[in-house]
Amino acid sequence: MPLFLSEEQTMLRDAARDFVGEQAPVSHLRSLRDADDPTGFSRDLWRSFGEMGFNGILIPEDQGGLGLGAVAAGVVLEEVGRNLTPSPFLPTAIGAVTALNGGAAAHRERWFPAILSGEAVAALAIDEGPKHQPERTAMRAERSGNGFRLTGAKQFVAGGHVADLLIVAARTAGAPGEEDGITLFAVEKDAANLHADPRRLADSSLAARLRFDGVEVDADAVIGEVDGGAATLRRMLGHVRAGASSELLGVGGGAMDMTVSYLKERKQFGVRIGAFQALQHRAAHLYSEMEVARAATLKAQQMLDAGDAKADAAVSIAKAMTGMATTLAVQEGVQMHGGIGMTDEYDIGFYMKRARVLAEAFGDVGYHADRLAEGAGY
Amino acid sequence: MTDLDSFRSETRAWLEANCPPEMREPLRDDDDVVWGGRNATYKHPAQKSWLDAMASRGWTVPDWPAEYGGGGLSPGETKVLREEMARIAARNPLNSFGISMLGPALLKYGTEEQKLEHLPPIARGEIRWCQGYSEPNAGSDLAALATRADDAGDHFVINGQKVWTSYADKADWIFCLVRTDFTTKQGGISFLLFDMASPGVSTKPILLISGYSPFCETFFDDVRVPKKNLVGEINKGWDVAKYLLGHEREMISGMGLREGGGRTLGQAAADRLGTDDKGRLDAPVLRSEIALFEVRAQAFRAMSERFIDELKHGRAHPAQPSMMKYYGTELNKARHELAMSAGGSELLEWESEETSGGAPARAWLRTKANSIEGGTSEVQLNIVAKRILDLPSN
Repeated sequence: MPLFLSEEQTMLRDAARDFVGEQAPVSHLRSLRDADDPTGFSRDLWRSFGEMGFNGILIPEDQGGLGLGAVAAGVVLEEVGRNLTPSPFLPTAIGAVTALNGGAAAHRERWFPAILSGEAVAALAIDEGPKHQPERTAMRAERSGNGFRLTGAKQFVAGGHVADLLIVAARTAGAPGEEDGITLFAVEKDAANLHADPRRLADSSLAARLRFDGVEVDADAVIGEVDGGAATLRRMLGHVRAGASSELLGVGGGAMDMTVSYLKERKQFGVRIGAFQALQHRAAHLYSEMEVARAATLKAQQMLDAGDAKADAAVSIAKAMTGMATTLAVQEGVQMHGGIGMTDEYDIGFYMKRARVLAEAFGDVGYHADRLAEGAGY
Repeated sequence: MTDLDSFRSETRAWLEANCPPEMREPLRDDDDVVWGGRNATYKHPAQKSWLDAMASRGWTVPDWPAEYGGGGLSPGETKVLREEMARIAARNPLNSFGISMLGPALLKYGTEEQKLEHLPPIARGEIRWCQGYSEPNAGSDLAALATRADDAGDHFVINGQKVWTSYADKADWIFCLVRTDFTTKQGGISFLLFDMASPGVSTKPILLISGYSPFCETFFDDVRVPKKNLVGEINKGWDVAKYLLGHEREMISGMGLREGGGRTLGQAAADRLGTDDKGRLDAPVLRSEIALFEVRAQAFRAMSERFIDELKHGRAHPAQPSMMKYYGTELNKARHELAMSAGGSELLEWESEETSGGAPARAWLRTKANSIEGGTSEVQLNIVAKRILDLPSN
């Protein structure tokens, strides 16, 4: 398979580009932010995503979805990133759907119709500290009656305060640091003893700190195998990290395009500043980093779709590389815009803030580089 | 089973049967690289048999047409062949400027007679080519070149000097940029082919900081070149030169993909410096630097695959080789800096047996030319800025 988008994927990209660009450009984020919107995204827009079919991108065709893969998901997420669109798309249509695809049919029957229509929203409760370290999951899930009792805390849960469904990683056995003993749960909104405390982040998105004070769930809340959730978690995180990489590409690409346009307009010393070699070289270097990151991301997604055994490492390469490239893009973006780049009125700062949040989400550059080194045996 | 699947299984079986075990070992030093030519030397007989086996199928140049000695493979088949060679770590059977630079230019600009004369010997590794581009006063400003070709009826007479001519002292023929009109710059350049054994050609190796002399000064003193050896039209050589440079940059960018000795940088460092109780390289800052380098190197590997796929399908931006050249060479320099750090004082030995005569240090120094030769990094960034990003010139 050649390493560029197929015709079908290109059509999907064009559709997503038009749709997201028209329905949710950066001004959409700005108005939600200015209104101090308590949801953090537009439910109408989420239903429109559903109408476009995007929400079913990873849902099998016989269950009402499009039955596409990681490449297609990335195509949509890049446009979400380019427009800084606040959306539960990544945790819901990518994260929760991938997790539920690995579990019982009852879960899919319960959730897929509402996800497809854009009624339901899901959130991923994975992180327990300031850094993403799913291997060190410590939250306890103890046997209780016919089910389990969950005790512990989660944080950095995007949309966790409004989610209808929480995908929760908890420990039914083993110690933090061990892969075995992790179990995934589907926890419904409004569960007793579950407390959500939403925090506004630097990029104006809302992420919750969740406290589970003995939340009782039935045995059938388990996704996949008890103690054996690591495989499903890994698969879910593979798709989510690949998706976040695409979203980062969109953020970095959007910032780069804005910046290159600015270099062609802004005049100083009587010439357009893009004529200065000092800036040309920095812009060209940035372009190179973004292109390499783009290739790494598509490669990882093709490998995920092909079921390649090395896809997991490829995803770490993509997440680390897009993290580095996009961080450069937003930093250069603000610097090359000069003073106006520092103003709230100008959009480039929104790109910087979003990039920081996405680069941290689901493992930052250091996490993934370390993971690669460990996998390679050094 | 699709056609490509059956091609894959046939190819796998053929490679299995024909690639000698020695040719699946990682390259250790420069003598492991096969360049071919009239005076070819082979360190090991397997190098020759592997070259002949591949050449017999046209697989030294798998995507060239069969009538010119190629394999006539489609882009998809070529990719499969490369993947299958990589799968068994098969060495490239033939390294050649004829393949990576002149061939593509001749396929595009050569006459049928020129293609039939020159391409099959390149494919079989019989003629080794060198590149006459840079001159003492024409480096980054290549079009300032002054080596002259004067019209003398049925032939040209060449006078002048080239510099940084890679392996000129070992090459059989040269593809050479000459000036046929002094009244304009780019519009007065022509592209000529001639035999290095012609009277009036002399070479003088240049001693480099590595202690090696891969480059030469090349002098032309009344060298007679038949007019049939002009590629493209007279005074239109700059088009051929630029097209060829794109391929040269593509080749040089491939250095960003190299891995030393079958072990990755991190593994080699761990072998030498040891690991802590968690199996991590026992030099935490170096480990981080290597890990971040590996992210870029692996990502660039994907970029190369994408670039080749786009190229084969006619979708690559014509200036994309400049980006590839820039990124690949900077990576390769970084790789060797890290390898030297990982080697510590032991790799500083310049003449010892353990270092095969200072091979790692010499290779490290050699890479410093990567971002200079074939157009400096700065020239590549200029090209990306102007031709891809469309940044203004004033």
